Parts: sequence; C-alpha cells; structure tokens
Amino acid sequence: MTPDLHLWLIPVLPLIGAAINGFVGRRLTRQAIVTVAIAFCGASFAMALYVALRFSGLAIPHLETLAPWIRAGSFQADFAFYVDQLSLVMLLVVTGVGLLIHIYSIGYMWEEGGFYRFFCYLNLFMFFMLTLVLASNYLLMFIGWEGVGLASYLLIGFWFTKDSAASAGKKAFIVNRIGDFGFLIALFLMIKHFGTLNFDRVFQFAASMSVENATAGLLTAIGLLLMVGAAGKSAQIPLYVWLPDAMEGPTPVSALIHAATMVTAGVYMIARSHVIFERAPTALMVVAIIGTLTALFAATIGIAQTDIKKVLAYSTISQLGYMFLACGVAAFSAGIFHLMTHAFFKGLLFLAAGSVIHAVGGEQDMRKMGGLWRKIPWTWATMLIATCAIAGIPGLSGFFSKDEILWRAYQASWAYWLVGVVTAFLTSFYMFRLMYMTFAGEYRGVTSDHSIVQEQAPARSRPSAAQAHHGIHESPRVMLIPLAILAFLSIVGGWIGVPGSLGGSNRFDRFLGPVFRATAPAVKPQHAAPGETAPPEQTTEGLESHTGRGTELAFTGISVFAALLGLYLARLLYLRRPALPERIAAALNGLYAAVANKYYVDELYATLFVHPVVEGSKHILWHGMDQGVIDATLDNSADATRHVSDSLRHMQSGNLRSYAGWVAAGAAVVIAYMVWTGTR
Amino acid sequence: MNGPSLDTIILSLVTFIPAFGGLLLFFFPRRDRDIRVFALVVALLAFALSLHLPRYLHRAQAGFQYEIDKPWIPTPNIHYHMGVDGVSSWLVVLTTFLTPLCVLISWRSIHERVKEFFVLLLILESALIGVFVSLDLFLFYFFWEATLIPMALLIGMFGHGRRVYAAVKFFLYTMIASVFMLAGILWLYAKAGSFDFITIQNAIRNGKVEGFAAAAPWLFLGFFVAFAVKVPLFPFHTWLPDAHVEAPTAGSVLLAGVLLKMGTYGMLRFNLGFFPEQSRANAWWIAILALIGIIYGALVAMVQPNMKKLIAYSSISHLGFVVLGIFSFTPAGVAGAVFIMLAHGISTGALFMLAGILYERRHTYEISEFGGLATPMPRYAAFFLFIVLSSVGLPLLNGFVGEFLVLSGAFQAHAVYGVLGATGVIWSACYLLWMYQRVFFGKVRQPVNESLPDLDTREHLALWPAAAAALVMGVAPLLWLNTIQPAAQSAISPLGQIASKVITP
Repeated sequence: MTPDLHLWLIPVLPLIGAAINGFVGRRLTRQAIVTVAIAFCGASFAMALYVALRFSGLAIPHLETLAPWIRAGSFQADFAFYVDQLSLVMLLVVTGVGLLIHIYSIGYMWEEGGFYRFFCYLNLFMFFMLTLVLASNYLLMFIGWEGVGLASYLLIGFWFTKDSAASAGKKAFIVNRIGDFGFLIALFLMIKHFGTLNFDRVFQFAASMSVENATAGLLTAIGLLLMVGAAGKSAQIPLYVWLPDAMEGPTPVSALIHAATMVTAGVYMIARSHVIFERAPTALMVVAIIGTLTALFAATIGIAQTDIKKVLAYSTISQLGYMFLACGVAAFSAGIFHLMTHAFFKGLLFLAAGSVIHAVGGEQDMRKMGGLWRKIPWTWATMLIATCAIAGIPGLSGFFSKDEILWRAYQASWAYWLVGVVTAFLTSFYMFRLMYMTFAGEYRGVTSDHSIVQEQAPARSRPSAAQAHHGIHESPRVMLIPLAILAFLSIVGGWIGVPGSLGGSNRFDRFLGPVFRATAPAVKPQHAAPGETAPPEQTTEGLESHTGRGTELAFTGISVFAALLGLYLARLLYLRRPALPERIAAALNGLYAAVANKYYVDELYATLFVHPVVEGSKHILWHGMDQGVIDATLDNSADATRHVSDSLRHMQSGNLRSYAGWVAAGAAVVIAYMVWTGTR
Repeated sequence: MNGPSLDTIILSLVTFIPAFGGLLLFFFPRRDRDIRVFALVVALLAFALSLHLPRYLHRAQAGFQYEIDKPWIPTPNIHYHMGVDGVSSWLVVLTTFLTPLCVLISWRSIHERVKEFFVLLLILESALIGVFVSLDLFLFYFFWEATLIPMALLIGMFGHGRRVYAAVKFFLYTMIASVFMLAGILWLYAKAGSFDFITIQNAIRNGKVEGFAAAAPWLFLGFFVAFAVKVPLFPFHTWLPDAHVEAPTAGSVLLAGVLLKMGTYGMLRFNLGFFPEQSRANAWWIAILALIGIIYGALVAMVQPNMKKLIAYSSISHLGFVVLGIFSFTPAGVAGAVFIMLAHGISTGALFMLAGILYERRHTYEISEFGGLATPMPRYAAFFLFIVLSSVGLPLLNGFVGEFLVLSGAFQAHAVYGVLGATGVIWSACYLLWMYQRVFFGKVRQPVNESLPDLDTREHLALWPAAAAALVMGVAPLLWLNTIQPAAQSAISPLGQIASKVITP
C-alpha cells in the first residue's frame, strides 16, 4: 500500500492564494498580498520537498487519484497525479525557482499599480504549471498546458493600457493555440486507437508496438503532432514568434514563465512521451532538426538585438532548441538536465536584467547603458556567473548540461554537433556582448546627474517605478537574495551530472534512468543523417571504451574553445574596439538589417496569414458571401414574391371594366389554348 | 408532497407556471417595480421546481421519465403527452436558469411597457420548456410555433434600430422552414394514426408505417430543414445576426441560449429518432455544413465591427460543433454536443448580458466606440474575460468539455472532421481575444468612457450565477454527463455503434 501524499495540495495551494488575492486583494495591504502569495507558494514548495524526502519509499510511478473528471463512452479522464523521477525534478525546479521569483517580485513590483493582480496571476500560473507537471494523463496535462498559456496571456498584458503589451499577450495566446491544435489532434489519435489518455496505459500500448522505421505510422503521427504542440509552447520554429514579444511583460514574469518554467513544458511533454518517440524515429528526427535549427537561428538573431530582454528572449529560444535537440537524439535525460540548469541560469539572467532595468530607471536599450558594474556590483557579479554558465565556461552548470547534449548529438550525427558548437560560440558571443555593453566601459545613458535621469527616464513599461528612483542604484535585498541563490545554483547545479569522461558519475542521468531506460525499445532509433556513427549508448558512462572517453574529452575541448572564442570576440568588439561593430554592420548592410529585424519573419507571417485571413473574412466571406450571396438571394426572392403579389393585387382594382377586361383576356387565353390543342 | 404524485405533475407545473404567472401579471396594476419583482419570483419558482427533474432522474433507466399521457382531443388523436430524458431535462433547467437572469438584466433597461415585456418573457419561457418536454408531435409543434410569437414581439416592440425588419425576418424565416416539418408530422399522422412520439417511433422500427421507405428521405429533409434554420446551420444563418443585433438583451439571451437549441434538440430527437438510416446516409453533407459553420462563423465573427453581431456569428460557430457532434453518432460526440448546448447557453447568454450592460451605459455595440474599459470598469472587465475564456474553451471551464468530446467523437467517426473542427479552437481565440483587446485594453480613447460606472449589485446578481455555472460545469462535468450519457447512448443506439479501432496491448 503506497502512502497518500495528498499530491493534489501541491497545485491547489497556490490556487487558493490566487483566489484570495483575486477576490479580496484589492482591499488588502501590499504586505498582506505578499504574505498570502508567498505563503501559498512556499507551502507548495515545502510539499514538493516533502515528496522528495518520501520519494525513496514510494513505488514509482506513484499515482494518486483525487476525483473523476470526464467520462464519455469508455473514455475516462480523472483528476489524478503522477510522480516519478522526471516529475520530481520538474516539481522541485518549478516550485523552487518559482518561490525565488515570487520573492524577487516583492521588490520589483512594490511600486506598481495592480499589485494584487500581479501576485494573483503569478499564483495562478503556479497552479497550472504544477498541474501540468503532476498530471497522470494527457488531458489533465492539457489543463495545465492551456492554463499556463492563460497565465502567460494575463501577465504579458499586465500593463494592459499599453497597446503593445496587450497585443503581445494576445499573440502569445493565439500562437500557442495553433500548437494546442496539434496537441489536441494527438490526443484524439490516442483516444481513437488506445481508448485512453492515462500515461501508464498509453505507454503500455506504445511499448507493445514495434519501432516504426521506414513505415511511418500511428506513433509517428502522434509524435509529430505532439511536437507541434511543443513547438508552440516552447517557442520553436515556426511558432517561436510570440516569445520575443512576450518580453512586454514585467521582468519577473519573463524569468519565471518565459525562461525557467512554462516554455520548458514542451520539452517536459516530449520527454514524458519518450516511449512514443523512441518508437517513431521519423518524429524524433524532426524534433532534433527543429531543435537544431531553432538553436542556431535564434542565436544569430540574438547577436544583433539591442534590447537587453530581447537578447535574453532569443537566447531562451536558442537554449530550448538545445533541449529539443537532446530529446531528438533520444538523450532525454540530457534534455531535462539542461532544462534544469537553464532554469537556474536563465532565470538568474532575467532577474539580473530586471535589476539592471530597475537601476537605470526603466531603460532596456543596452546602447544607453555601460559602466554599470561599479554601481550595481551584486547584480553584475551574479549576472556574470550566469553568463559564464550559459556560455559553457567549464565548471559551471551550463557547461555540463550543454556538453552532454553536444556529445549525445554527435553520436547521432556530426551535423547536429557542428551546428550545436557553432551555436555555443554564438551564445558565448552574444552573452558577453550583453555583459560588456551593459556593465563595461562608460555609462552612455543620460548623464549621471540624478535629477536629469529622473526626469528623462523614458516612461517605458514601468512608468511609476522608473520615476520614483533617484539615479543608478543597487536593488533592495529582497531582490538580491534570490539572485545570490540562483547564482549559487548556476554554479553547482551541474555538478550532479558530471559525465564519466570528466571523472564524475552523472548521478542525474542515473536518477532519471528508471524513467527513460525501462521502456526503451530493443533497437535504438537511428537517424538517417549522413556521418552516422555507432548507435548511441544506453548510458553516457560506464559502458564506454577508453577511445570513446578520449573522443568525448576532445569534443569537450572543442566546445570550450568555442565558448572562449565567443568571449574573446565579444571582448574585442565591445570593449577594445567599440567602433568596429558599427563598421561591420555597415559592411554587411542587408544581412545585418535582416538579422536586426529578426529576418522579417513577423512581417512575413502578417503578409502570408494574418492579412489574408482578416481581409478575406471581411470582403469575401462577410460582405461577399453573407451579404452579397445569401442575404441578397433571400431579399430578392422576398422581393420577387412581393412583385408577383403586387401585380396580382393590381388585378383587384375594383374597377368593373378592368374585371371585364381580365375575364375577356382569360377567355381569350382559354379559347386560344383549346384552338391550339384542337388543331394538333 | 409525496414523490410519485409530484413526479406526474412536475412537468406540467414547470411548463405552465411561467405562463400562468404571465397571465396574472396581465391583471397587475402598472406598478413597474411590483411587476419586475413578481416576474422574478415566478421565474425563480420555475427554476427551483425544474431542478427536481435532473435531481431525481433515474440514470440507469432508459427512456422518458416523469411521463404524463392523457388523451386530449379524440379526433384528431392528440394526447397531452409529456416526458423528459437526460437531454431534455437539462435543457429545461437551462431555460429556467436563464430566465431569472433575463429578468434581472432587463430590470432597468426596459422602462416602457414593462408589463407587456415581462408577460411576453414569461410566456416565451413556457413555450420553450414546452418544446423540450412534449412527446406528442402536435403538442410539440404547437409549442414550437408558440415560441415565435413572443420572441418576434420582444424583438419588434423592445428592440433597437431596425427592429421591425429583424422581427419580420426572424418570424418569416423560421416559420416558412417549419412548414416542412408540419408536412412531415401530418404525413406521419396520416400513416401511423398517432401524433405520439413513442408510438410513431415503434411503428417505424417495426415497419408498420406504410410507404415509409419511399417517404423517409423527404420526411428526413422536411424535419431537418426546420431544425437547420433554427440552429442555424450554414447557409440558413443570416437571420440570426440581424435578430440579435436588434433584440433587447433578454431576447438575445433566450434566443442564443435556448431557442437555437430547439433546432439541435430536434435533430437529436426526431431526425435520429425517426430516421436513423437517413441520418446515416445524409451525415456526410450535414457534417460538411457543420464544419463550414464552425470555420465560416468564426471567420466572419472576427471581422464584425459590432459586438453583438460578433457574438451572434460566434454562436453559429459553436452550434456547428453541436451538429457535428450529433452527426458523428459516437457516444462522446453526442454527449459532447448536448454538453455544448448547455455550456453555450450559459456562456453566450452571459456574453449577451455583458454586451447589454455596456449598451445600457453607452447605447451602442460598436467595438470602435470603446477601448481601455478595463481601467474604469475593472470588475466588468474581469467578468467579461472569464466568460470569454469559457467561450474559447479553456479547460476547467464549461466550453472545453463539450468541444473536446465533440471533436474526439467526430475524429473517431472521420479523422478529417475532427481535424477541421479542431481549427475552431484557434479561430475562437482569435475573434474573442481580439474583440476583448479592442474593448478593454489600451488607453481610454473616448472621454465619455472614462467615467463609466462599474457593475452594480443587480448586475452582479445577474452575472454571478452564470459565471459560477461556467466554472462548475468545467470542473465537475460528470454532474451533467452522468445523466446526459444514457440518453445520448439511446439516441444513437438504433444507428449501430461506430466500432473504434482500439488496439489491445
């Protein structure tokens, strides 16, 4: 008999917090609002820790059913929760990072209007995200999936009086809906063929099926459709366009939702569905290719952005691409590993960026920053740690997770690896570019005369906070402590996954092993890409030969070199010779403009899809079909009826002579008819 | 009151209490406040009584319950025959649930000819309930046509702008279509010698209706056209936007909330019940029309400059889901279709109430007249968003359950139906969120909007029940599905099950 851990409390606790702040928050003091929000989020984190402590005593996967939800015919979906190693990792990341960002938000949002609304939405997000992570069936997961989209919509559009924020929220929701469309069809396929959406049953069915190699079949279709859903939620090509716009939201939101947790839901979903993907090599290959392309594509855009949050947004898209690449080469635990370390360092990067923006009075343009490291040393130091982590500087968390992905990618195809290394170089470059532009050199903003800063600070997204401060200043402690904790995690977070080649034992991979290895098919899927090497090993360590270890070390060296090269180039261009970037940009005129304008993808989508649909609906369907054809036909037939009646009415004029005339005419017709028939 | 006796008269009570109340109201002195309070009391009484129906419905027992069957007119052989199953009992409750809200929402907006308004509203309620509980075709047709008169009068007397045009269009359109059904009913009576639903159904099943095989395709079409216009199914839908735009708020709520469901209810009860083979043979083009309705309705909704027209076209889209579900002939599809009927009644009813609240303040429905309303009216904005989310099918709210079941059922019947229908989840987000943004977000552009009052207590009272119902239906749909499913199952059982190809591990 497995113990009842009351798992349902983990998502429901933040929901209670959201309800309290949503209904009565308007009448509460800021202190009370914060207390409610943090208390319920903290309780949820405590519950997650409790689950972790009890974990070794559980039969895995651990299932708890709360209540039935939907039943139709033989199909049934319940409010039921599911804990295994994978969901435990997600649970700890979401509640832990979530709690830190809640705390940070106290300082960041303190002077904003709609304070209660912000924390209500934030708690609501936690409810849906934890539902997503703990769900024991795809339908419950879909509740969380759509729900985090809602929370994202609300938080991106938090400053709803700003048109761009409102539009960004709507865009995020609609683009996500396109992904959800794919997700839904995948669910229908499962219902049709498996009759259930429960993970255990679906995976049991899938595991009983053989690997669909050349003949793409049911599992391939399900896998590809799930990937459509994942591409929407996790901002992959071609559905990534909403994430950069989502930066209109308050910065803690960008950190929590659009970097650390929600956008990784797609990766989690693919990893959760690994049993399906392992038997659908075509689908896996698509996942890997989309991941690889997105990683590179977004990184190239990242190097030309000047808005500090936009750089981080494209960086997030790029890093998510790495995670998909990992999943695509069936290295699911490597993907989840990077998901976790990314949550630490990207969460930190956003929070630190928020601290920078806070310091300079709402400015987000890096061209108007510079020299800030003296003024905000804590922010600078923590952000530097996160930058080193994401760039893959050895010893930090990002180094281990990215290196593992690259090595596993190489085992599938050298092409993935090559793109991955180039992306690693670009990542290092644009991140150190960000650091140099923001912190090094001289301050390029409005002169450091405090009063002028106060007056001229552009009333951007955070009007009240921007004007309330005097000069450039370090953030309050309530914001710095989460930074410090995340910095610590960004350093040590990778140490639980040190690969065998570097003398570790990759405990992380081993921990997740029961999830991913128990159901792996006998024949590992192979990619048809050129340069195929031996099929990937079941584990990254242990079984490998010494030559394998040597190769792995060599590859590690190459990626470290790429990272250092990026650092060097950024230093050269943005510290040593600051005039050079502009000359390069001028030399590469068209190409640079294309990159700076994000390859005009938004414009392309607008021309190809949005505009034709809106105009077509208006002119062809509404004015044309509805009014022009259908209503016109009806009105005409009504008119015709009236005309006929009108003419008939004229016959009854009451004029005796006209009646006589009609009678005569009628008689004439009858006679003519009789004559005509008679003569035949 | 003891159980059995109440069970036999409950349907008559629920059906006629509103009309009786309306009749009493007719003799009231013209004190508007008393009239409103009395109308509310009558509507609430009907609601309370109607709750008895699903509460004590025996789930395991198939067929109709709370039956009453008394000979009424010997020649022609007309019976006073009423009864409900899991589908119709909920439609009755939907009607009685929405009517008190209609009374509340019309409290202030109707200030002339108040008595006439509430008399018509209560008579309309009786007629609507009568449609769902009648098991005698004559009685059914009587109530069916009886709904037209009060509704047309509500639009024509209390509507806006081009109200007379809209009322006449509505009346003629649905009246003419109903003639085809009348012809079908008379043919059935002539051959089967009875107006009784169950008698005719048994006679058809046992092959005792002479000439049925030859006539069935035409009979099917006759019934179908009458219902399709009511739903309305593309391309019979153009009366709906006009009727809605001109109708007073309460009229719109009952029109979208209940009256349209008469059409889908009729399809389920009569088209599937009498003509299973024709239903199957014609399902392909009906499904195509339903899919066109889903997508076309949504796309046209997207570009409407008028809020009420937008909601009207969104109804066409949602009702397309219902028709698609019914003609998927799967348990999930049919149960989902009935669920959407109820959910759409709540959500769209609430949307029309919200639009009406704005109209009371600004006397316009033009979206471009608004913008930034979330600042002066935060509570109103919150309600509106909640209902919008329920309408776009956010899980845990009422819209999702039905849509999911219908699409899953349609997908089982024909994968392409499910796929095309599922695009509806994208379109609904487009048109509703875009409208929401234009009305509520951004800065207040028109000075007159800056000082718009937020919801008052009466408006809260009208909106809270709808919002609560939307949430409960989404979280605990089994409260409804448990009673809907046996009825849905028996509706499709004559058609034979679609065997879903389930793999066994």
